[in-house]
Amino acid sequence: MGSEIMGVIFSLNTVEAAIRLAVPIALAAMGGTFSERAGIINIGLEGMLLSGAFAAVLGSYLTGSAWVGVLFAILASAGIAAVFGYFTIELKADHVVAGVGLNILALGLTTWLMQVIWGSRGTSPAVTGVGRVRIPILADIPVVGRLLGNQSPFVYLMFLLVFGGWVLLFRTPLGLRIRMTGEHPEAADSLGIHIRFIKHFSVILGGVFCGLGGAYLSLGNLTWFSMNMSAGRGYMALAANIFGQWNPLGGLGASFLFSYSDALQMRLQGLDIPLPHNLIQMIPFLLTLIVLAGAVVRARPPAALGSHYSPGT
Amino acid sequence: MPISGNRFWSVPGVKDLVYSLIAIALALLIGAVLIVSFGYDVGRAFVALYRGAFGSVYALSQTLTRATPLLFTGLAVSVALKAGLFNIGGEGQMYSGALAAAVVALTLLEAPVAIGISGALLSAAVAGALWGAIPGVLKAWTGAHEVITTIMLNSIAILGTTHLTATYFKAPGPVDQTMRLPVESRMPEIIAGTGIGYGILIGILVVALISWLFGRTSLGYDFQAVGFSPGAAVYGGIARRRTLVFSMALAGSMGGIAGAMVVLGQLGRFVTGFSPGYGFTGIAVAVLGRANPWGIFLAALLFGALEAGGMTMQLTARIPTDLMTVVQGLVILFVAAPGLIPALKKLYRRKAGGGANGV
Repeated sequence: MGSEIMGVIFSLNTVEAAIRLAVPIALAAMGGTFSERAGIINIGLEGMLLSGAFAAVLGSYLTGSAWVGVLFAILASAGIAAVFGYFTIELKADHVVAGVGLNILALGLTTWLMQVIWGSRGTSPAVTGVGRVRIPILADIPVVGRLLGNQSPFVYLMFLLVFGGWVLLFRTPLGLRIRMTGEHPEAADSLGIHIRFIKHFSVILGGVFCGLGGAYLSLGNLTWFSMNMSAGRGYMALAANIFGQWNPLGGLGASFLFSYSDALQMRLQGLDIPLPHNLIQMIPFLLTLIVLAGAVVRARPPAALGSHYSPGT
Repeated sequence: MPISGNRFWSVPGVKDLVYSLIAIALALLIGAVLIVSFGYDVGRAFVALYRGAFGSVYALSQTLTRATPLLFTGLAVSVALKAGLFNIGGEGQMYSGALAAAVVALTLLEAPVAIGISGALLSAAVAGALWGAIPGVLKAWTGAHEVITTIMLNSIAILGTTHLTATYFKAPGPVDQTMRLPVESRMPEIIAGTGIGYGILIGILVVALISWLFGRTSLGYDFQAVGFSPGAAVYGGIARRRTLVFSMALAGSMGGIAGAMVVLGQLGRFVTGFSPGYGFTGIAVAVLGRANPWGIFLAALLFGALEAGGMTMQLTARIPTDLMTVVQGLVILFVAAPGLIPALKKLYRRKAGGGANGV
């Protein structure tokens, strides 16, 4: 029994599954990074992921094209992000309360629409998914090919976007403006940076990332939507963002840690040995708790995170 | 007529009440738009909503039965909010309290009913307090954000109580649930045959207690000082960490009692995964009721009515009851935004032709 468990822990299959499961968390974590770097606490990641997942299936259902579904997901999630931005930036809503409200709204709306459109509260009908691609030369390399050679296009997209997000945030003038807005809005304002624009832009960009993550949830390896499909991944993503020190690359690493624990619990449940399944399912949640508690002690969030900035005050 | 200069307006709480009513009305309006745009009969829907909530003694008992746990999950959010913590772990605290209540009530079957019920309520409060204290400790010593930790603890509590029930307390049968409590060991009815139990009265008692705690004691002052300005609170000699942990424990005990209310007043046993989201609706209750315990009481009645009415709406008008979750989310969003009403006023004035006498 012990050797079987060890086998699962170190198996390539688990690592491969972890890479797949990291996609929505890492993309949402980067969404959180952009939003929080501009000073907006984004608890709404969960709701954005969920609405993205729903809209993706709806788009694919209506048009028969998975990629149109992905476009729907981006639009829906960015739209929700725009509403969230309007409430937090313009109407000065408390970021955390508004974010939680948004998540409840997204859960209610997707569950309601699923029943109204498809007549089922459990899962939507199956639609066209995105499928996988085989990368010719990469797939033939022994270990790497096994892990990365035959994956969903979203996996490659995730690596590209996370790297691109890091470049944008730390190597471009726009990124500098975003970071300044979250650190010291007064100083940024006095330098002529358009604070409100930067904040809206960062939150909506975060929404785009969450939309992609949501689309992957429903169309990446699956081909349907199910009730509350995001299942707390948005909150894990926020924890990953903190653990990753508000850096897309760090967020990716932390997301991989969480997704690895998720892959592990799934594969342990598949073993034909008596293990308390309910306790095994706790692993990712427990790990998130422990990592967060350990990480925050050293964390230094953007200085103006969670505050409202009114020019001229 | 300008209402902002009115004397009535300056009575404490009146402005909050009016804003809350506007938020509810807006949320229901958007709900109505959704109903119409998907081709349902909105008139029929709202009639069903009303009938299901207040149309008969049975409907009223359904409203109160649902309002009782919501009152406590609402208090669970609001008590922590006083100390500046956003407790969205009501769901998990409720599960630990519910299982504790069921197990203790089943152990005390031979005892007089008053002892059985108080024992169940007390153990639920303790179990909820212990579970609620965890995010308090994490926040106080590591700074881990309570929104993330409480969400994780919700999942852990649901899985944990399922494991405990399936392993140690399972009644025979396919469902993972405890044995049924005999009717005489459950929450008694105020008037026999109405289905209205003492739970809501206990709720009123606790609301009065919390109201006193926050309004008249130094403990309430400590909570608010830590919530309002942690630095100043510490400077003023308040033990910040202890206050954080204690506020979360007290909040958790409220969530725990919510679970006991479901077990004793509704299901008559612990059923794994029983909650339709009382913990989350409690957030809407707390946000709508603002900091005021009596406001939370009113908000709990309202959401209890919406939940009960929503069931009837689903049965007779065939509109899925999840619409009420949409309404809850909108209410939270609207109440959270202090700039909403001024923005609406501006919009109204512009629509009214820019002239008019202003609002």
